[in-house]
Amino acid sequence: MDANEQFRLKVGLAEMLKGGVIMDVMTADHARIAEESGACAVMALERIPARIRREGGVARMSDPKLIKEIESAVSIPVMAKVRIGHFAEAQILEALGVDFIDESEVLTPADEEHHIDKHPFKVPFVCGCRDLGEALRRIGEGAAMIRTKGEAGTGNVVEAVRHMRAVSGALHRLATLRDDELMAAAKQLGAPYELVKTVARSGRLPVPNFAAGGVATPADASLMMQLGAESVFVGSGIFEITVKDERGKVLADATRAAQLRMAKAIVQAVANYDRPEVLAQLSEGLPDAMRGLSMESIPAEELLAKRGW
Amino acid sequence: MRVPSVGVLSLQGDFARHRASLEALGARVVRVSLPGHLEGLDALVLPGGESTTMLRLLELTGLRAPLETFARCRPVLGTCAGVILLGRDSGELPAPPLGVLDIAVERNAYGRQVDSFSTPVETAVAPGFHGVFIRAPRIRRVGPGVEVVARRAADGEPVGVRAGRAVGLCFHPELTPDLGFHRWFLAEVAGLALPGAPPRAAAGMWPGDARAGLDGEPAAAGSRGAR
Repeated sequence: MDANEQFRLKVGLAEMLKGGVIMDVMTADHARIAEESGACAVMALERIPARIRREGGVARMSDPKLIKEIESAVSIPVMAKVRIGHFAEAQILEALGVDFIDESEVLTPADEEHHIDKHPFKVPFVCGCRDLGEALRRIGEGAAMIRTKGEAGTGNVVEAVRHMRAVSGALHRLATLRDDELMAAAKQLGAPYELVKTVARSGRLPVPNFAAGGVATPADASLMMQLGAESVFVGSGIFEITVKDERGKVLADATRAAQLRMAKAIVQAVANYDRPEVLAQLSEGLPDAMRGLSMESIPAEELLAKRGW
Repeated sequence: MRVPSVGVLSLQGDFARHRASLEALGARVVRVSLPGHLEGLDALVLPGGESTTMLRLLELTGLRAPLETFARCRPVLGTCAGVILLGRDSGELPAPPLGVLDIAVERNAYGRQVDSFSTPVETAVAPGFHGVFIRAPRIRRVGPGVEVVARRAADGEPVGVRAGRAVGLCFHPELTPDLGFHRWFLAEVAGLALPGAPPRAAAGMWPGDARAGLDGEPAAAGSRGAR
């Protein structure tokens, strides 16, 4: 199969995920809750970003056992994360039949200079970005989907908004340039010239553009969709929810019900992102969203979005 | 000339790609996500995406019953997840499918994403058509009164069916630049008169010249003008 046709298949799956919610899950039961709520895909990982942030240590690709359990628990696509630049982890995930690989800043980077060359893989990749230049570099390496980095595990949408606005603002500016200004723009963006030309002509990214990193409520999901996201990743916002009794003991059934309720609300919020009256209904009486972190409270060296370039 | 009005079910999936293909043929496209949106439509398209997600959202939005009624008596085209929705027996799903086409469909029957493929399709509808199959369903049984309109060239397996004005395809004509299936559905199946493409959208739309863009995106040429 030629390279164009291969890329069409990869982008094709990204197209199928539009208008949906992709949920981080840590167990097969989480995956079933996600599917039951109407998620269009799940992201299998051992620790959701909020836990990685709390517990520290090196965060790596998930155990294949977990990925296989999740693959057999649900019929929707299963994604999984690899460390930036760790192409061996990506080869392993491809062998496991994962449907999409997220080369993710949420895990500890394996290479500070090079991202994975994604073209030779049959499995499609999604990569995070903070701005248009970063998005185009990843697409140049073969990413079939782009998402904002946001700041994962914070329950704070501010960084995802910053990154989405940076991408769409730069797209608008690029579309106003003359052809003879595009090489300088490519230099400034640090992006491949041919891609800059394509994007300047079409006014949009050549692959789907999703939101991630801090989405915690139906309103957050609507905000990102209205800012131009075509789907939403929800990481810690659902399975970080726990319900405890007065002595602090976790109530399993009530926790599951609360997680399902939030998951359903976010799925419906994405489908109805531009209908405030529906969003109002969906937001009413929801379980408490994760407490969240302000950006100022996070030491600069712990910011995940700075990983990768 | 009256412009035909075509709805695209837009709860989840690649509805924007269908929109681009239909607009290139001169149709007015309506985003269908609430029951009221079905009023006055000449035809309806059920896109690719996650069939389980769409079925759940159909129940939650109250669209299921009116959509079923529409699909039983008006022209409807389903691609990939859409054919799963239109089938009678589609395996384990959160809700029964619409049952408009008397076929049995198996979801993700070719395997996971690494098993997705594109292949020549044998069809009188659009000669030389190349089908894109993404985690595609397989038609396991074709009932009486259902006509096979497309087969995989390699092994003759049925990948496109029609019964009356309902059409189901296992592949994604909305992901390739060849508009043959969309044109056939609107003109032949639905019997709609097509005004033809607006000139701007037509540039880069036709089979020969559409591979220029990185993803062969049919919307690319027209979308900028529309902004």
